[in-house]
Amino acid sequence: MGQIEWAMWANEQALASGLILITGGIVATAGHFTQWYFGAYSIVAGVFVCLLEYPRGKRKKGSTMERCGQKYMTAVVKLFGPLTRNYYIRAILHLLLSVPAGFLLATILGTACLAIASGIYLLCKFLPPAERAASPGCAPSSVCAGFCVYLPRAAVRGEQWTPIEPKPRERPHVGGTIKQPPSNPPPRPPAEARKKPSEEAEAAEGPSAGPQDNPIPVTDEIV
Amino acid sequence: MGNWAVNEGLSIFVISALALARAPAACLNFNCMLILLPVCRNLLSFLRGSSACCSTRVRRQLDRNLTFHKMVAWMIALHTAIHTIAHLFNVEWCVNARVNNSDPYSIALSELGDRPNETYLNFARKRIKMFSRSLSSSMRMCACEAWSNSGLPVTMPTSQRKLRTQSNKNPEGGLYLAVTLLAGITGVVITLCLILIITSSTKTIRRSYFEVFWYTHHLFVIFFIGLAIHGAERIVRGQTAKSLKEHNPMECENKISEWGKIQKCPIPQFAGNPPMTWKWIVGPMFLYLCERLVRFWRSQQKVVITKVVTHPFKTIELQMKKKGFKMEVGQYIFVKCPKVSKLEWHPFTLTSAPEEDFFSIHIRIVGDWTEGLFNACGCDKQEFQDAWKLPKIAVDGPFGTASEDVFSYEVVMLVGAGIGVTPFASILKSVWYKYCNNATNLKLKKIHFYWLCRDTHAFEWFADLLQLLESQMQESNNAGFLSYNIYLTGWDESQANHFAVHHDEEKDVITGLKQKTLYGRPNWDNEFKTIASQHPNTRIGVFLCGPEALAETLSKQSISNSESGPRGVHFIFNKENF
Repeated sequence: MGQIEWAMWANEQALASGLILITGGIVATAGHFTQWYFGAYSIVAGVFVCLLEYPRGKRKKGSTMERCGQKYMTAVVKLFGPLTRNYYIRAILHLLLSVPAGFLLATILGTACLAIASGIYLLCKFLPPAERAASPGCAPSSVCAGFCVYLPRAAVRGEQWTPIEPKPRERPHVGGTIKQPPSNPPPRPPAEARKKPSEEAEAAEGPSAGPQDNPIPVTDEIV
Repeated sequence: MGNWAVNEGLSIFVISALALARAPAACLNFNCMLILLPVCRNLLSFLRGSSACCSTRVRRQLDRNLTFHKMVAWMIALHTAIHTIAHLFNVEWCVNARVNNSDPYSIALSELGDRPNETYLNFARKRIKMFSRSLSSSMRMCACEAWSNSGLPVTMPTSQRKLRTQSNKNPEGGLYLAVTLLAGITGVVITLCLILIITSSTKTIRRSYFEVFWYTHHLFVIFFIGLAIHGAERIVRGQTAKSLKEHNPMECENKISEWGKIQKCPIPQFAGNPPMTWKWIVGPMFLYLCERLVRFWRSQQKVVITKVVTHPFKTIELQMKKKGFKMEVGQYIFVKCPKVSKLEWHPFTLTSAPEEDFFSIHIRIVGDWTEGLFNACGCDKQEFQDAWKLPKIAVDGPFGTASEDVFSYEVVMLVGAGIGVTPFASILKSVWYKYCNNATNLKLKKIHFYWLCRDTHAFEWFADLLQLLESQMQESNNAGFLSYNIYLTGWDESQANHFAVHHDEEKDVITGLKQKTLYGRPNWDNEFKTIASQHPNTRIGVFLCGPEALAETLSKQSISNSESGPRGVHFIFNKENF
């Protein structure tokens, strides 16, 4: 259980809540229910939540499947920096967004679902930290740095939203592995060691030879 | 309000929200009955075994149980959505009728039940007053109530009617109903459970965080209990049969003010329809309860670990024995280790053959549970472990389709991709045992085995198995029985250099096998054509355990390379669900 990234489930739950809010809002508005303006709010809140939660964050371990076409929203969500990266802020945002929809029966399901999503986001911040060395929590985000200083480090699980970015393709350097033949001859022992036995060997072998004796005649084996 | 009127088959002068809610409710009854059945593993195994006389095609449908379960789940979600939306309209209109914000007929119908000896029709009984309304308007409200006691006015003076509609606009009525009526509470609760179940069952969560999926899925218990009592308060009302004889809605529709005064139209009496859902779901709930009891009982049976083998690259093999355990090739078991976790069951494919006197599974150490098992079995220690130190294990199974079909072909093509190679260990071993025992009876004459993986690290043990088979076949002079092709799809340049240099050696550098490893993905078209030319006029079974994309490729290739006539080569594609 220690290795579960709750944020992934919170993300699915929040996305579903967004859709439910939109549906409930459409029902309330189109049916001209009393106080239908809550329904209109619910549609707007639902659309906002859906757009925010659509880009799936990158998992810490393993590869993450992107949602279809999420890269456009990833760019937008990334712009807000720490506001969207930090899950505390998301949790509180979802909680606040869910409250006005709770005044209408048509949208109350959306409220409940979004509140649960908010709870799961908080959960991923308050569970005991994973065994492996966790990232330093929300320290990188400057906005909540002051807020985080007062939080005990142990309580912060270190999950945050990181965008999935395509890795830049490494262009294979054509010819990069072709190695040029050595330009200098190999080092040879001084002249007196190179007298009789090695002279024959040198004649038989070739440029790669050094001071080496081959007991068996060496033949070239190029197929 | 007309819902009641429409429901009883009369004029459709309003949109019938109630009928639109009752239709998906009926569908929900059916779907909720079906959803529990495909997950009764032991029941399905029993059906599969007992229908051994039926064709394999019938039995194979049982393998798609999870797909069916998911389809029914989506249907439940859809019908719940329609049901909820329809009831939202219904509640809104009922509340409106109750607070006199509607047409006179509906208002009149809503007021039935206010006086003694009357049964109600509109389940919104309480008139909720808005907090901020002034005293004068509430006095007017009281006047309205007194007014209605003497008789029901069909038409009202416009000014007073406007007064009525402006007071008492209350969505609180809807919320109040949701929390006070049993149907409201259960409806909201079970819909929430359903949503939580669905969001935790998406592929990402299921594959990566199985425990979240498994534990959240148990909310279905609350779902079914809530579903059974959802209609218990009987707020969906219809005119009683007795009342229908005395009061004909067709005739009395326009005489609201005379109800109770004239002979023809006494006050109509209503009763709630009895809840029907429980009749649909009680059977499957009982079956599922039996299933869980069977699983529990089976898990209590003693399982002894006879041997633990550590393989390179974080893989361990557990060899176990259990009394009365019978397996077929390609099946899987669920394993629980109470020392690691009291509640978690994890599925593993069996890698031993039925001919062996033990059964074994190979486990890759990737997560918490597997690491816990690794430590519990003492694999992290160097010295020899005593048998009594090994942990207690519970096993449920075996489940799954038996891949016996492999033995009914003369020639087979087995394709295992990645971890999908595991069931083939069982199949290959079993083939080998059958061959050794009684080669002439074996219909299977030739196996073409394809193993695709990124690297063989995780499956070193399988490579060892292939080596063993290879050497044994050499000894018995039947090297041609099994031809295998290993494709490493995850090679890089440095590896390629290495391969190029060692190309001429007798044994392959990676696997140590005589047949060389190939790199990249196989060209299936070529492979199929080669095999087709080697075995003309035969039925060739193609068995795959791997990803969907590969299944589609192989399926297409099987079809396109099969000849159309009854004679000639035919490739029959079987996708195994492991």
